[in-house]
Amino acid sequence: MFLDRLFKTQRCFHHPDSDHHHPHSHAHDGFSGVTTQKSGTREIKVVRRVLDVNEKMAAENRRMFAEKGIFVINVMSSPGSGKTTTLEKTLARIMPEIKSAVIVGDICTTNDADRLALSGAPVVQINTDEFGGDCHLAAHVIEKAAGNLALDDIELLIVENVGNLVCPAEFDIGEDARVVVLSVTEGEDKPVKYPLMFRECEIALLNKIDLLPYLDYDKQKAIACIHQVHPDMPIFEMSAKTGEGLEPWLEWLKQKVRQKT
Amino acid sequence: MHEMGIALQIIDIATASIPPDAGNVRIEKVNLKIGKLAAVVPDSLRFCFEVAVKDTPLDGATLAIEELPVVARCKDCDAQWTISSPAFTCENCSSGALEIISGRELDIESIEIAEEDDHVS
Repeated sequence: MFLDRLFKTQRCFHHPDSDHHHPHSHAHDGFSGVTTQKSGTREIKVVRRVLDVNEKMAAENRRMFAEKGIFVINVMSSPGSGKTTTLEKTLARIMPEIKSAVIVGDICTTNDADRLALSGAPVVQINTDEFGGDCHLAAHVIEKAAGNLALDDIELLIVENVGNLVCPAEFDIGEDARVVVLSVTEGEDKPVKYPLMFRECEIALLNKIDLLPYLDYDKQKAIACIHQVHPDMPIFEMSAKTGEGLEPWLEWLKQKVRQKT
Repeated sequence: MHEMGIALQIIDIATASIPPDAGNVRIEKVNLKIGKLAAVVPDSLRFCFEVAVKDTPLDGATLAIEELPVVARCKDCDAQWTISSPAFTCENCSSGALEIISGRELDIESIEIAEEDDHVS
């Protein structure tokens, strides 16, 4: 099982090399470093960020989205926090006022894309199994997926990342803002367990608040945990299912789109 | 979770960093810096690296990992300290406006290649 996963993951990073021009294929790159001698070995300075291929591609995506005036959000969470339901309800409320499109990442199935397509927004489903990376969306995958969208007709691009609180936080995809969804059926201490995710995101949506009467969830503790890793992070308490508390999040989103387009 | 992908990127960058005049050399060691805040597990990365270097110029190479602490600077009072638990408020003035100075690194510092030619001494 583990080896199987390894081989799937292996393909992920071969894609950018075969499809795009990357700095390490350039003759001048990496060769100019200072060399020092040790007994029998020669040390060559490299000083390169391992993920700089992804970062350059993300910068390219960001430039393309800016040129088209598209506001891009990267929505991340653990599996089952209600990302897809949140986006279904969001699209139902902002379409057609805001011309939106969705890129949705999952390991397998087109279930989420099928649900989101009912909104009328164009949806591109990425199955990371086919693209190779199974735990996150990388910038080159977004570039390919965006190629399937009529970018001139879009004001808002929503990227629903793979359900995972670890890896997606590490990969810039060229987005304008990152949004994390946390639901009240999860542990209150998730933010301190996954600090990078909560530091990297601009706002948090605290979802499923309609369930609070039935749970032992300590909401104040959860909010304190969020603010421990990201002081002053705006938190929108909401229930995607009932629609309660959606308004402030929709206003935030609309304002961001207006600023960009 | 994506350590195999990271290992393959390291191999790509290291291989591309062999000087063109070095000929058919073998890379013996890759010196890597990983910040504590990077979403990479050093042990998993070492394991993936060992598997992935087969049949590359890095076959048998060591991955030397230096882990870097999370160091923050307060934008309000300029205090600087090492963060050891996930609490991102200033120890001095309680401000939340921090700049992370180190801890996000995932950098290849250098490679070490086996010396074969006599003209480099």
